[in-house]
Amino acid sequence: MCRLSAITSSTYFSPMENILALETMKEGHDGSGLGLVMKDLGGPFEDLKSYPILSGTCSNKGLDMLDDYMQQAGFRIKYNWEPKIKRTAGMEIEPRDHYFARAYQYPSPYEPKAQVEWERLLLETRMDLRRMGEKDNSLFVFSFYPDCLTLKEVGDPLQLSEFFGLDDLSLQAKVILAQGRQNTNYAIYLYACHPFFIQGYCTMTNGENTAFVPIREYLTSREFSGYTGYNSDSEVFAHILHFAHRQLKYPLTYYKDIITPLKDEEILDRPDGKALSLLKKSLRPLCIDGPNMVIGFVPDGTIFMLQDSKKLRPGVVGGAAGKYALMSEMCGLDRAVPQRDRPADIFPSKYDMVMVTPNAQEVHVWNQLHG
Amino acid sequence: MEPASRLDHNGQLTLQEFPYIIQWREDRCTRCGRCTAVCPQQAIEPAVFAQRLVHSDSVTPMPSTVRKVSHGIRQVNDIDRYCTGCGMCSLVCPNMAIAPHYNPHHKFLFHKNLGGTPYKRGGRRNDPSPSTLDKLKFTRISMLTDPALDAGRHEFYIRTLLGRIPSPDKLPLKATGKRLIVKDGHFVPPVREIFPIRIGSMSIGALSPHMWEGLAMGITYLNEVEGIPVVMCSGEGGMPLRLLRSRFLKYFIPQIASGYFGWDEIIHALPDMVEDPCAIEIKYGQGAKPGDGGLLMSYKVLKLIAGIRGVPMHIDLASPPTHQTKYSIEEAVAKMIQSMSMAWGFRVPVYPKISGTKTAQAVLNNLARNPYAAALCIDGEDGGTGAAYNVSMDKMGHPIASNIRDCYLDLVKQGKQNELPLIAAGGMGKAGNLAANAAAMIMLGASAVDIGKYIMQTAAGCLGDEYNRCNLCNTGKCPRGITTQNPRLYRRLDPDKVAERVVEVFKSAEIELKKIFAPMGRSTQLPIGMSDGLSVGDKAMAERLKIDYAC
Ligand code: SF4
Ligand code: SF4
Repeated sequence: MCRLSAITSSTYFSPMENILALETMKEGHDGSGLGLVMKDLGGPFEDLKSYPILSGTCSNKGLDMLDDYMQQAGFRIKYNWEPKIKRTAGMEIEPRDHYFARAYQYPSPYEPKAQVEWERLLLETRMDLRRMGEKDNSLFVFSFYPDCLTLKEVGDPLQLSEFFGLDDLSLQAKVILAQGRQNTNYAIYLYACHPFFIQGYCTMTNGENTAFVPIREYLTSREFSGYTGYNSDSEVFAHILHFAHRQLKYPLTYYKDIITPLKDEEILDRPDGKALSLLKKSLRPLCIDGPNMVIGFVPDGTIFMLQDSKKLRPGVVGGAAGKYALMSEMCGLDRAVPQRDRPADIFPSKYDMVMVTPNAQEVHVWNQLHG
Repeated sequence: MEPASRLDHNGQLTLQEFPYIIQWREDRCTRCGRCTAVCPQQAIEPAVFAQRLVHSDSVTPMPSTVRKVSHGIRQVNDIDRYCTGCGMCSLVCPNMAIAPHYNPHHKFLFHKNLGGTPYKRGGRRNDPSPSTLDKLKFTRISMLTDPALDAGRHEFYIRTLLGRIPSPDKLPLKATGKRLIVKDGHFVPPVREIFPIRIGSMSIGALSPHMWEGLAMGITYLNEVEGIPVVMCSGEGGMPLRLLRSRFLKYFIPQIASGYFGWDEIIHALPDMVEDPCAIEIKYGQGAKPGDGGLLMSYKVLKLIAGIRGVPMHIDLASPPTHQTKYSIEEAVAKMIQSMSMAWGFRVPVYPKISGTKTAQAVLNNLARNPYAAALCIDGEDGGTGAAYNVSMDKMGHPIASNIRDCYLDLVKQGKQNELPLIAAGGMGKAGNLAANAAAMIMLGASAVDIGKYIMQTAAGCLGDEYNRCNLCNTGKCPRGITTQNPRLYRRLDPDKVAERVVEVFKSAEIELKKIFAPMGRSTQLPIGMSDGLSVGDKAMAERLKIDYAC
């Protein structure tokens, strides 16, 4: 089962904290990969908040392709971050030619435009690059969005942190989601690695998604170009979140109502029961119906955890104002936030959605039964 | 050699031409006459045999012959009195002296057209080979990362939706603060939550009063006592007035077909209805006899039927193949849906039923554009009927599996897979695997399935099968009392027992569905379109149905 480690803090911290937490939870992942999504960036990106950052990895050929494309599209590089790759004996990592996170300046006509417009531009650009690179795996792009950075690679997370030089602590953020991959039924492929990001929304998941095919069919038929990929059955969780919150403009908690719907008799007792019963029928194909735990964030920086009733072992949320961690295992939480009020740790029940407000100010448990 | 004069009866058939040959054991027969009395075909009759016995009483062979006259049973070789293999003679025989045996070399269809009249019968397509549905396997078994569920302990929700389901962007919802509320003054189409296996359309008229009553009592009990919301379609020909006025109407789907039989009575009963029906089905076609109308023979139109249908007694009741008042299918569907919806104040889902056909997608697309269309029911080639030409049953129509799959994938292309439920009928449980067939259909994209023949077989012991056993449903001589209006025959059927069996059948189907869904890790929603759960050991089928091939 994949191990998940999310931390949110009011001050900048290094992804090493997530990775060390993953290391303590190592029994559950086989070191087949690491995925990192950082939001609200510090370090070199602190003063670049309004510039979209393209994250990915590529071969030399892919780099040429990328540069050509971006130049033609009118994007100009504002800042280019490449990790200083360190290789030590015993490392089982196949390095690629380039890893990058580049802040770009928008093509000039876009700068003053509305958010939906630049969001569409960034998404279409990422999709184009993805399609171009997918043919020969010369280019992988994971996210293209302001103030967000993604790193993904195959290998052991701790080794990868050294490989990427994350241990120099220069790269920092206020919200970081990290996944230690347990490779199951999918080939180790970078696009199959969580967390998945789309237009400011991000999730990572553990457990297998039994309803994957109908959900994928539903999403791909929404006529939204970003709903594609699905090399992992977990990618749908990010897209459902995006669909519910951004496209349908439902308040965040309805994400839980969609993917883990209440029974009809429970809906009757909800103050918004009438709306909920319509929504349950209408979004019936998006019910995940599998033993999954989901951790994710939305554009305002709220970070959450929830799970399906079939999830055998809950995740855990703990911390104090200013820093909270959302982990798949207790030992990960102990590592990330050792100093905390342990009895206040939260193990979400099947009805709970645990949400930490932006800047790690407070934690709320929203109970689906009461709405 | 026999003199030629013995063989000059042109066309006289040997018993080898017949599909079932009776084996009668003289040593066991007590000549009680029960078998000849019960035989619906008069295929056997008492006969006198002259026997010449050779015997010897002496210690050394001293043969002498004795002539003896004995009585026994003989199968007739009249094609109109062919033995159907129903087995009623065996059932009534106290000494196991008689039984029909299937004759795979028969030439029945060569001869069953006397008088220039093609063979007509009841039942379904006579093809005993395993259906596509019976070849599908459930191969996605949950293992380590998504542990299988316990069918006995986990909570399962095995329900489906019948009705037009608006896409989320069409829902009249608005967010106020952190809550969604329903905006006033918007029409939301009616949707029913039902068990995904329904009893499909079989009319009072085609069925005997006892059979129909038994089914009706069974599903009422399932709803009221067992909490399993099974619904049943009336078939064309109306419903008893008492039921129309009762609170149980909500478990029934009145059907309107091209003859409009019974609809005067239904419309007149509208002011007295205390409940809305579950839905209205508009019949455009039937899988067993695509493009054919219905026919209720005059001898079935007795007092009860005539009353319910609003017609005089003892006349042939023909439903034309199409709805005569309408110009085209588009118009027919749109107008019928609208008028039926209006009759119940748009509170009742209205949907058409068509026979399986290559053109099903054209109908589907028409419905997808009509916001009042509540579903589409497709009846495949293996559907049953009370009466049709054998050629229609055996050779006309489209298999249900690929028909439904194509329609579902077409809806997926349009993003409407959750908006217009597809109901699959025709051949569900043909070989007895009802739950497996239903689950496979659901995973191919159906929201629900209909059964007809299966429930007759399980709940009332219908003798029919794909070796053309019995299939006398069109003759009014149903030996089980299922499809006859003759009180002497339907008295054989106890409606209470039928109801009991209906309850048992659905309870066990529900358990079996759980036993299929649990190992696949599904419990909360019906796995509609979960095609990755299925495999088939035939590459062409896998390709056609867009599922995995496994061997
Ligand atoms: S099997 Fe049926 S049709 Fe044949 S002889 Fe016996 S009772 Fe008659
Ligand atoms: S038992 Fe009755 S319903 Fe069944 S096949 Fe024979 S005639 Fe038809």
